[in-house]
Amino acid sequence: MEPILELKHINYAYHSLEGETKALTDISFSVSPGEFVAIVGPSGCGKSTLLSIICGLIEAEDGQVKLNGDALRKSSTNIGYMLQHDHLFEWRTVYHNVLLGLEIRHMLSARSREYAHELLQLYGLKQFENAKPSELSGGMRQRAALIRTLVLDPDILLLDEPFSALDYQTRLSVCDDIGQILRNAHKTAVLVTHDLSEAVSLADRVVVLTARPASIAKIIPITFELETDTPMHRRNAPEFKHYFNIIWKELNTNG
Amino acid sequence: MADHSAVQCKTSAGQRNFLHGRKMHRRIVCVSRAAILICFLFLWEFTARNGIIDSFIFSSPSQVALCFWEMTKDKSIFLHLWSTLYETIASFLLTTLISILAAVLLWCSAKLSEILDPYLVVLNSLPKSALAPLLIVWLGANQTTIIAAGMSVAIFGSILNLYTSFAGVDQEKIKLIYTLRGTKRHALAKVVLPSSIPAIISNMKVNIGLCLVGVVIGEFLAARSGLGYLIIYSSQVFKMDWLLMSIILLCLMAMVLYSLINLLEKWCRRRY
Repeated sequence: MEPILELKHINYAYHSLEGETKALTDISFSVSPGEFVAIVGPSGCGKSTLLSIICGLIEAEDGQVKLNGDALRKSSTNIGYMLQHDHLFEWRTVYHNVLLGLEIRHMLSARSREYAHELLQLYGLKQFENAKPSELSGGMRQRAALIRTLVLDPDILLLDEPFSALDYQTRLSVCDDIGQILRNAHKTAVLVTHDLSEAVSLADRVVVLTARPASIAKIIPITFELETDTPMHRRNAPEFKHYFNIIWKELNTNG
Repeated sequence: MADHSAVQCKTSAGQRNFLHGRKMHRRIVCVSRAAILICFLFLWEFTARNGIIDSFIFSSPSQVALCFWEMTKDKSIFLHLWSTLYETIASFLLTTLISILAAVLLWCSAKLSEILDPYLVVLNSLPKSALAPLLIVWLGANQTTIIAAGMSVAIFGSILNLYTSFAGVDQEKIKLIYTLRGTKRHALAKVVLPSSIPAIISNMKVNIGLCLVGVVIGEFLAARSGLGYLIIYSSQVFKMDWLLMSIILLCLMAMVLYSLINLLEKWCRRRY
């Protein structure tokens, strides 16, 4: 199957008056449709920078990003991006927050509004449609942020530590929640995280980065023999510890 | 659910005590406020009548009230009130509008704002009353000059304040707009302006007061009507009743204008 996302020899450096800081060196990997890839690495190694490059927010100094075979600039592939914080706007209701992307892309129509309502219903936020974001719990807010992204029907979803701002308990349940939502919708996703257990519980493959300047240390495929493959079940499976330790070792020898 | 049951169950003695304490507190504040005003007016009237202070220089509440009544009867006071009010509102609206537009422009171009920064800082710290004579020469001794004087006091600080607030908007929220494939225009309309509404309103509160100051300065120099004109004229002919009445009317006008913006703020709070 042709990969939906392909990175070839990506290099990136930050520039300041004090000098140059290399952030990424020679990053190459690809993601197949429907695959869930997690990128882990020591904090500050340039994981988020990589997502910004894939999304086209910043441009790689060297190398290529291809989406469905086309160069990033020319590609019509629809990318969804989920940030660390939900950034729901307090001056809008939950429903109108969800419509933000549709408004910006001039895609507001009876159908897309209907779809927004459906998603809110599906993910249990129906009765909070007209609520202010501050009335929602942390987990519900993150779910609303996910719906804001999903309503645009992205071909590939970029997740930039989307659970790290939540407290531990909420984090586990939201991770389980969102993991299942994405699996059931067969979304392709790239998750950046520093939480190894999160990576193992969600991903089909884990890309381990070295410390700055980040390069790929290893790519580890993850398979669980489970009847219902949910993040929560994975955490309790015997393989979990095994994968966790492999990644942990990889990080520590290269970090 | 939780607050529902709290309302239903009988209020505890502690809660009753707390509420009673708050009520007493409010009452003491209100009564004290009124008492200060009444004492002040009484002392002023009493000392003026008994010759402890010279009522020719200090006037007295009753003389001021009488003076106001006379001017209401011949309707001349309305002319002065209206002049000052009109000039203040005109310069306030223009200041607010222009400073929002200017701050948007500065926000759109980081380069432009860096280039203009020292000029804005200098213009803002300049004592604006120094500009009034200049404005008279340029624009003539008329209402335009007075409105311009009102604007000159508020506008530079207003631009700087609004720009600071625009620039201080959470960059991650702007990043969100870009991840949704939005442009700078979207960032402005969907994030920067809505999140700056509280800043715009508190800026308006400052502006209304400053515009009034500027208008009165303008009227000192270039008016044939208005409370500022009345103050200058009455001090020249030694009509202290007029002077003090004008000052009191200015106080009241400032209070009314300020509370109008407070109402606007409350309305906005409810909507957003």
